[in-house]
Amino acid sequence: MPSLLPILVLSVAPLLMGVLLAFTDAELVRSPDYQFVGVDNFTRLMGSSFFWDSFRIGMTWAVSVTLLQLVAALGLAQLLNSGLRLQALTRVLALIPWAMPPVVVAIMWKMIYSPNAGPLNAFLGSLGLPDDINWLADFSTALPAVIVVGVWVGMPQTTVTLLAGLQQIPDELHEAAAIDGAGAWRRFTAVTLPSLRPIVTSITSLNFIWNFNSFSLVYVLTEGGPGGRTMLPMLFTYLEAFKNRNIGYAAAMGVVLVVVVVALLAVYLRSQLRDDRFETKKKGGLS
Amino acid sequence: MRVFAQQLVRPAQYVALAGYILFLGFPLLWLVSASVKSSAELNSLVVNLLPQEWHWANYSEALARQGLVSSAGNSAMVALASTALVILIALPASYVLARLKGTIRVAGVGWILVSQVFPVILVILPLFLILRTIGLTDSLVGLTLVHTTYTMPFALWMLQGYVAAIPVDLEEAGAMDGGNRLVVLRRIVFPLLAPGVVATAMFSFVSSWNEFFFALVLLQSPENYTLPITLSTFIGGEGKVALGPLAAGSVLAAIPSIVFFSIMQKKLTGGLMAGAVKG
Repeated sequence: MPSLLPILVLSVAPLLMGVLLAFTDAELVRSPDYQFVGVDNFTRLMGSSFFWDSFRIGMTWAVSVTLLQLVAALGLAQLLNSGLRLQALTRVLALIPWAMPPVVVAIMWKMIYSPNAGPLNAFLGSLGLPDDINWLADFSTALPAVIVVGVWVGMPQTTVTLLAGLQQIPDELHEAAAIDGAGAWRRFTAVTLPSLRPIVTSITSLNFIWNFNSFSLVYVLTEGGPGGRTMLPMLFTYLEAFKNRNIGYAAAMGVVLVVVVVALLAVYLRSQLRDDRFETKKKGGLS
Repeated sequence: MRVFAQQLVRPAQYVALAGYILFLGFPLLWLVSASVKSSAELNSLVVNLLPQEWHWANYSEALARQGLVSSAGNSAMVALASTALVILIALPASYVLARLKGTIRVAGVGWILVSQVFPVILVILPLFLILRTIGLTDSLVGLTLVHTTYTMPFALWMLQGYVAAIPVDLEEAGAMDGGNRLVVLRRIVFPLLAPGVVATAMFSFVSSWNEFFFALVLLQSPENYTLPITLSTFIGGEGKVALGPLAAGSVLAAIPSIVFFSIMQKKLTGGLMAGAVKG
């Protein structure tokens, strides 16, 4: 039991302190002197349009990246599971983005998106398309551009996870479905997807949390710009705490974000579990 | 018709695979290519994947650049120290956690999962205040403590999974043979746990090596910067960036984690999902 003590001191206590800070008027000044102010920070937050703008951008970012990751990874995992050549190369490629430091990833994509000397604009130019887009600085392209980078970073891990799941599905299931006359698409929806379901549920939940809480990638890519178009909640809270020096207020934002994410996950996991139960019942009824 | 469609499947699959390889691989290739281009070529409007002349000097320039090597040293120190702390604390705790039953175990595992949802801002604010009162904000010691706190839950999660995989019967058999508790731990549990400890240690080393946010908040003086911070300062200023050395430095910075992940790929995924399904 005493071996659990350091965990309490190092991990549990700080996080609880963080939550408590949300109910104070703490500021980042030399002589910290702060008091409990109840839910003042939260009522102030409710009326802050900047915070909710950032929140909306964060949701757009996290939902788009998580969904695109899932779709792209599902496709790649299927390809890797169907006995093509070039498997080894693709597996290595599917690993590296996951392993790279976020700062390096951001530096790399800044080069790709570079308006003058970047390969993306050069490629578009060679096709006769407009070749002067400033991807990361244009109001309309900045968010989609960082979302693509988010997918690039997160897709590999999802792919590896889904591939492990695909390999667990017994071949007999596919064969039986094929004998019953099911085409490739039908086999995918009737055999592959249901079998992958628990894995898809857990990896999308994790991806959503990680994406919603991500900071470094977008901070180095755009610093939240242009004009706040990529101001993810983590960037917003960082600026509030360490530039505007309102620690208590920033902690309150953090608490709101935790509550919302937990609530969304609860709804999602619940619906998944209910569907599972329904599926089992259906199966039980048939046999 | 059906046969015709089936003949089309393979080529279509290869086209799709090529698309994926391009999307995943091209940015990497571009970074490596930029790391061997001269700055004249990098700033010119002629964009080629292969450099006109191979400019290996970028690598020596990156290494000679003020700060890059010393911040890599800082990164390595923080990563090694926090890894040692994490293992030292998480090893006994994870053993207890995995072998306990009832409410404490549920609370412990529940805590690990909840802490994953906490945004970094809620982690850093209290730690920042604590470190400031003891004067450790702009210090590598302070950063080590923060990395330790941050990596701990996931390290616990990994390690308790490895402990749980060791059958209790083995320990009981050891005890029956007259071994006392310590002997059983040393002779039976630790050897079986060694691969899990190595994996967890590598995981925590790489998390710390790659970490950016906490270092950004805590470190003020350039001589304390870790590698990710130093790299990010290179692209800060408008335009005046030596892209070639920056790309070379980035390639070098990515090597430790790429090595780690190539060793760990299968285990990490397996462990993650085994936990998720059980939990």
